Amino acid sequence: MALAGPEPESIASQPEPVSGPSQGGWEPTIVAFLCNWCSYAGADLAGISRIQYPANVRIIRVPCSGRINPLFIIKALQTGADGVLVSGCHPGDCHYISGNYYARRRFALLKSLLEFVGLEPGRVHFAWVSAAEGEKFASLISGVVQEVKALGPAERLVKVS
Amino acid sequence: MRMETVAEVETKLRELAGVLLAEGKVDVVIGYERGTLPLRTTPCFIREAEAAGKLVWDATCEHNLARYLRSQRGRVAIVAKGCDARAITVLLSERQLARDQLFIIGVACQGVVDRRKVQAYLADRELQQATLAGAQVVFGGEGWQESLPLKELLWDGCLTCRQHTPLLYDALIGEPLAGDSEGALEEYADVAALEAMTADERWAHFSSELSRCLRCYACRQACPLCYCPECFVDQTQPAWCGKTDETTDLITFHIVRALHSAGRCADCGACSRACPVGIDLRSLNRKLIKDIKQWYGYEAGLDPDALAPLATFRPDDPQEFIE
Repeated sequence: MALAGPEPESIASQPEPVSGPSQGGWEPTIVAFLCNWCSYAGADLAGISRIQYPANVRIIRVPCSGRINPLFIIKALQTGADGVLVSGCHPGDCHYISGNYYARRRFALLKSLLEFVGLEPGRVHFAWVSAAEGEKFASLISGVVQEVKALGPAERLVKVS
Repeated sequence: MRMETVAEVETKLRELAGVLLAEGKVDVVIGYERGTLPLRTTPCFIREAEAAGKLVWDATCEHNLARYLRSQRGRVAIVAKGCDARAITVLLSERQLARDQLFIIGVACQGVVDRRKVQAYLADRELQQATLAGAQVVFGGEGWQESLPLKELLWDGCLTCRQHTPLLYDALIGEPLAGDSEGALEEYADVAALEAMTADERWAHFSSELSRCLRCYACRQACPLCYCPECFVDQTQPAWCGKTDETTDLITFHIVRALHSAGRCADCGACSRACPVGIDLRSLNRKLIKDIKQWYGYEAGLDPDALAPLATFRPDDPQEFIE
């Protein structure tokens, strides 16, 4: 049986992306908080559709984008993420009716304040991805990885000890 | 000018506090008494009418006494400046206080003295006494006496204040101060100046500024709105913020504290004035105040019936930052 996409070995043999410069070229680590109902399903669709996207992303499933505490994002940046992506349902599509609307205000202020203290604008990304947008999810990840790669390894906010 | 002098306001304040206590209308009056150092006052809690004479009112009453309201039992009267009254409004709308247990003694305030400006002016000289005489402050020490306009010693936030006169009060002492909209145009000039810098410059600025933090939490303790039973910096499971003096932990503490007061902070500046190392904490709060005003058209502590901006939403809220 021939399936589209890479051979299983080629996935298994892919080196684990490690934050920080290495001999084989540095690969960023992206932590993605995805809501269970839309964006996680969108990521799933990208997977079952065999759409290729960079393996730098570490997905954390949350019930709703409204569940995401700004501290999740800061903690991720402190402890090894070079970039953070937060994604939830499009406005109007929230499984809990309005969780993403509340989240949107919270994220707007968080992003504004993080950039105000000098965090690079490309480190933290927000997106709406529906369960039908596998393509969008894949291209979103590619875009985020590309942008974070251009910024280089995270230095600001990173914990030393 | 027909304006009442500060001393007259002080006399009226003492009279009112005495009456409130004598008539049993309140159990305690929270106000200011003379501190042990020149140009300093300290919060005081007066429970007997005879002690009302201790109360003082002048430009050295810098504390936001709303901080103490939640810990009081019974009926409480409080001396509140314009900004303090805004904090009280926020506490009331958050259901932290019972309005019928509260008597707000509003005082029109022309600004409070910034002790750092006093220190800078004195340099190494020891200040033994100081008196506020109208628009002048008269300083005196061992063999010297000088005077300086009060305006030069006012705290920066007071210079662009739009709330000299409290919006919420049960009794207003002193006449309302005019010119409440003065300085409104350049209200956010400080934030705009920081915004105009590059990210690298801002990072350099804030990491050097915030790395001086001692984690004494005086800012949190002085803030009338920091009333969580357990602050996120004290939580151990999960331990959101490391208990270290690493710059990242210090920045995390301050930006998350600012976020927790987003849409609630009325920029009274109690945090900045409480800071023992003089960190510019106001910029963080003011950045959020500016954004919230611009994006959601909301200012904290003005309308007791308005929903807090983070407790509500509009379907058409700005979302240019979302991909």
